[in-house]
Amino acid sequence: MSSVTGVSLADETPGPHGSAPLSGDGAGTGRLGDRLFGGAAKGAGIFVIALVTLVGVFLLWQAIPAIANDKASFLTSREWSVNDSNNLRFGIVELLWTTVTASAIAMLIAVPVGVAVALFITQYAPTWLSRPAASLIDLLAAVPSIVFGIWGLRTFGPVFEPVQNFLRDHLGWIPLFSDANISGGSTILFVGIVLAIMVLPIVTALSREVFAQTPITHREGALALGATKWEMIRISVLPFGKPGVISAAMLGLGRALGETIAVTIILSTLPDGAKWTFSLLNGGETFASRIANNAAEFDTPQKAGAFIAAGLVLFILTFVVNAIARIVIDRRKAFSE
Amino acid sequence: MAKRIDVSDLNVYYSAFKAVEGVTMTVEPRSVTAFIGPSGCGKSTFLRTLNRMHEVIPGGRVEGKVMLDDQDLYDSGVDPVAVRRTVGMVFQRPNPFPTMSIYDNVAAGLKLNGVKGKKRLDEVVEKSLQGANLWNEVKDRLSKPGAGLSGGQQQRLCIARAIAVEPQVLLMDEPCSALDPISTLAIEDLIGELKSKYTIVIVTHNMQQAARVSDRTAFFNLAATGKPGKLIEIDDTQRIFNNPGVKATEDYISGRFG
Ligand SMILES: Nc1ncnc2c1ncn2[C@@H]1O[C@H](COP(=O)(O)OP(=O)(O)OP(=O)(O)O)[C@@H](O)[C@H]1O
Ligand SMILES: [Mg+2]
Repeated sequence: MSSVTGVSLADETPGPHGSAPLSGDGAGTGRLGDRLFGGAAKGAGIFVIALVTLVGVFLLWQAIPAIANDKASFLTSREWSVNDSNNLRFGIVELLWTTVTASAIAMLIAVPVGVAVALFITQYAPTWLSRPAASLIDLLAAVPSIVFGIWGLRTFGPVFEPVQNFLRDHLGWIPLFSDANISGGSTILFVGIVLAIMVLPIVTALSREVFAQTPITHREGALALGATKWEMIRISVLPFGKPGVISAAMLGLGRALGETIAVTIILSTLPDGAKWTFSLLNGGETFASRIANNAAEFDTPQKAGAFIAAGLVLFILTFVVNAIARIVIDRRKAFSE
Repeated sequence: MAKRIDVSDLNVYYSAFKAVEGVTMTVEPRSVTAFIGPSGCGKSTFLRTLNRMHEVIPGGRVEGKVMLDDQDLYDSGVDPVAVRRTVGMVFQRPNPFPTMSIYDNVAAGLKLNGVKGKKRLDEVVEKSLQGANLWNEVKDRLSKPGAGLSGGQQQRLCIARAIAVEPQVLLMDEPCSALDPISTLAIEDLIGELKSKYTIVIVTHNMQQAARVSDRTAFFNLAATGKPGKLIEIDDTQRIFNNPGVKATEDYISGRFG
């Protein structure tokens, strides 16, 4: 920490979405080094944009013929029979429901817990504890998803079973918790919880980063007004960190929406023609797990096209989530500089 | 509501480093006391012990007594949060809460104190902004971000925020050092008005400013870097500037320092 009186480094540090220069300035001199580096940066930028565009084009190109041949309604049908290429019938509504609810459960758990852990590490924990705690959480991010899948299936699932039974027995009258005859360790609810554990390190690490950057002047401004520590956090740290937390949540959500292997391992698939229910205690398939479960069957372009169409929707979903996050963050900008 | 501050034999530490040593002084109520002295002599450090902001810094601790009328601020039963509600502070760099509107910035302290009711808040916000000579400039844009004001306006906003909770004492650490001469004058005038209600302590590097606004002046100095800063003398401002008791004070004021 620098002097309490003079200008501290923290004063100058721009917020995560503050005044950091995101666009080029006029400082280039036209010298060789400038041109080389400028060219390389521009090339990398164009490369990334081109890559995303190509992925989108590929998905559209593969998906459109299949969607055009779809005899059922692509957006609202629950059917999925793609074996007879003269009578393709498939729709995504069930995949969408499962994907979105499992991810929503994950976010509902991971964001508050992640923010709380980040606050603890940056504001409350003594130094000897905060460093190891932070590293430990970062380590969690490095655990491969297959490990989470197996651990969830074999170890955590049985432990969770009684909790699930309790919900079913006592809250069963709420449609979300009605009985669907699926064992505890392989329901949407359970997958949501495992996903929460998987995205927790992302949310925590990024939130920790922004909270730690709260300028000392903001924090002291609150304390000098007679704020308690928690009030100081509410007045200074949380508002300062909010855009960062939103970004963190969106990154986590992106991971949860697209997570494949852990979901595929854990979630019970439903038999054809199973009854529709809103229950979180049901099984099902997400976009990603439906594709993974059937990867062996992409033998005709028609069939593959149906799955790629599902992938396209996931792609768009992630895109929309990120766009919304950007808008939310930009709207707050006027108040954060 | 202004209170007297009595400091006796105060030592201030950053972990093992003693930054200020053996300060004994009295700050009179309803007056302006200026702290002057070379950079690094511990003016800010000492100032921050007067509202227990010093201990916010890891390793920051204090030995000695600071009496606010007959209450020892460092008594074991005293809550630092309560002290800071009684002794307000304005910082060197204007630091309005960036995510809050002008209105919310001023109301922030009141809300911490549990003041509710829009009418009451409206009243106090207007009164405080008027008290800080800012009302006319911002009354049409109270809901705009406080960070959108000019530096001088921001500093007056911070003063409004500090006086909104009606403290007994107002501490100001170089409140004008980031401001232009016009804003500086506006704040100096304001200090002149505020002293009828508050006990004011101001740190400044500007000799003219100390001479203009203060009734009493304290000169701090340090023997060498790494040594603790000390209070050399405190006296009526007139005396300090015209006929100081210590040679070092005269040297410093007349620019023959070091
Ligand atoms: N956070 C800190 N940790 C450790 N030492 C500090 C800290 N802040 C200040 N000091 C030291 O305490 C001493 C007094 O510093 P202080 O900031 O109080 O001086 P000052 O008189 O206010 O100076 P200036 O006029 O430049 O503002 C200096 O030696 C400084 O290096
Ligand atoms: Mg200082």
